Amino acid sequence: MSQHLLVLLPLLLPLYGAILCLPFWKRSLPQQWVAGCTQVCWMASAAMLIYEVTTTGIVKTQIGNWPAPYGITMVADIFSALMIGASTIVGFAVYLFSLRGLNESRKTYGYYPMLLLLQMGISGVCLTGDIFNLYVWFEVLLISCFTLLALGGTKAQLEGTIKYVTINMLASGLLLTGIGMVYSLTGSLNLAELGRLVRQPGSDLSLVNIASIFFLIGFGIKSAIFPLFFWLPASYHTPPIAISAFIAGLLTKVGIYTLIRLFTLVFIMDRNFILPLLLVLSGLTMVVGVLGAASQTDFRKILSFHIVSQIGYMLMGLAINTPLAIAGSVFFILHNILVKTNLFLISGVVAQRHKTFALKKLGGEYLKNPFLAILFLLSALSLAGIPPFSGFWGKFMLAKAGLLNENYSIVATSLAVSLITIFSMTKIWNEAFLKPKPDNNGSEKEVVTSEEKQASRYLLVPVVLLAGIILFIGLYAEPVISLSIRAAEQLKNTDLYINAVLNR
Amino acid sequence: MEALLSIVTGMLFMVSMYFILHRHLFKLILGLILFGLATNLFMFVAGGLTRGNSAILKQDQEVAIEPYADPVPQALLLTAIVIGFGLQAFAIVIIKRVYQVYKSNNLDDLANNDNIEH
Repeated sequence: MSQHLLVLLPLLLPLYGAILCLPFWKRSLPQQWVAGCTQVCWMASAAMLIYEVTTTGIVKTQIGNWPAPYGITMVADIFSALMIGASTIVGFAVYLFSLRGLNESRKTYGYYPMLLLLQMGISGVCLTGDIFNLYVWFEVLLISCFTLLALGGTKAQLEGTIKYVTINMLASGLLLTGIGMVYSLTGSLNLAELGRLVRQPGSDLSLVNIASIFFLIGFGIKSAIFPLFFWLPASYHTPPIAISAFIAGLLTKVGIYTLIRLFTLVFIMDRNFILPLLLVLSGLTMVVGVLGAASQTDFRKILSFHIVSQIGYMLMGLAINTPLAIAGSVFFILHNILVKTNLFLISGVVAQRHKTFALKKLGGEYLKNPFLAILFLLSALSLAGIPPFSGFWGKFMLAKAGLLNENYSIVATSLAVSLITIFSMTKIWNEAFLKPKPDNNGSEKEVVTSEEKQASRYLLVPVVLLAGIILFIGLYAEPVISLSIRAAEQLKNTDLYINAVLNR
Repeated sequence: MEALLSIVTGMLFMVSMYFILHRHLFKLILGLILFGLATNLFMFVAGGLTRGNSAILKQDQEVAIEPYADPVPQALLLTAIVIGFGLQAFAIVIIKRVYQVYKSNNLDDLANNDNIEH
């Protein structure tokens, strides 16, 4: 298959899937079939892209055959291919969950097309090689995300959506301002061309620094970095699990992806200011996120705060900025996408039985369903970074890079935060799984119909799938680690990217 | 002209932030719209204001006649305006829905609802 098609397939498949869903508006069954086929094809296209990128190097295509700095370029290197790969796996799992875990009216009126459009937006952000095009893909991603958050229109969802919409429109505005500044200073929008221009000796870069701060704030809001994260725990827990699991698993990581891309390729000047700033921000993000999680008593709110905390680790790799540290970040992003989605899905399975997410009212899940308890334990320990599981390798690479670079305080912070992560995971374990179920009314016995039992058994399928992948990455980490190290080498060795795009 | 438009841009940013920080739903809409306008105007000014010819070539022309306006910021602006239009339309609909459900136009009345029903 030609390289051009390979780069574009992850964009085209979800787009055509979403369009094909639309004629079946008001009928959920055909939409499910179309969406399911699209998810499988999307996964296959991502696998082919990863194979192509790892064997032949960076692949690219120029849209409309306009040569590089003038037209829009679509590029895939190992990092972006891996991101798309992880998001296809998560998308497939969430799709499986939605078949039984989402109510009929949401499935009928737009869940599947909006999810596919959101996935198209993610592919677009990962593949684009043009800074304005990046903004456009982010808007595609955001508008589908708004719609998904508000889908169903319950009171809590509307409240969460209004916060999310406001803060994200502000972030997009800041981003656009930054793009305007970059264009007026350099006269180019192509990422590779920008990377070449800022590396030219003798170019005046002091104003590009100011533009980079716009990007830091804009993407900082989108990826929930320390002073800008307050919208996340206020909105992510409101929609149903089949929606929030996907959004929670992926969107903040896409923000981090762009930060890593831009701050390794374009905004490389004035390292003495940006890198220590990022280091401090990453430390604060970790600490504040995990302390927030420790103070919550709602299953999904704890997980939402943990997203913030984990973002700190990903930023830490960028802040240390050695190849090993960035490889650690890449690995951590991949691991976190899978684990976080899995934890959200598990909370959905638990809540489907108890009809609540409040830890106070949950309980007894370990006796009733030991298999689910083991799956939760596996994901929770992996999130905290206990050795045989996948989180350990990411944290190990980050900590090793930090020690080699003599950033002792951030390494100490990250390890302490891991401990508190275990603490808040233990809280969920004790409350939801270990303690006996509190019966408030005494007489009211839970009536579980056989249909519900069958549904909840079915809901375990995506959880088992993701848990299997997490376990696999943990026990057989070598291929993923070597891929992330190669991705980091590509990110650090920017000449490869620039020459591949500009055809030199 | 640049100086004047820069001041206007700054004032637009200022007013929009003032509106967004209010706790009134209608002012939130106004603030978001003005913020979009401010960013668009910023891009327009930052792209350079050139009076003179357009960058459209005649049939027998090889290069455009100087001075001509850079077409790229205009193209970007058009895209940004259309995207902003879509987002603002969505924001207005969602804010209207919030008003209908909560029967209030004060953001503080949106109770923090932890018990979520589906």
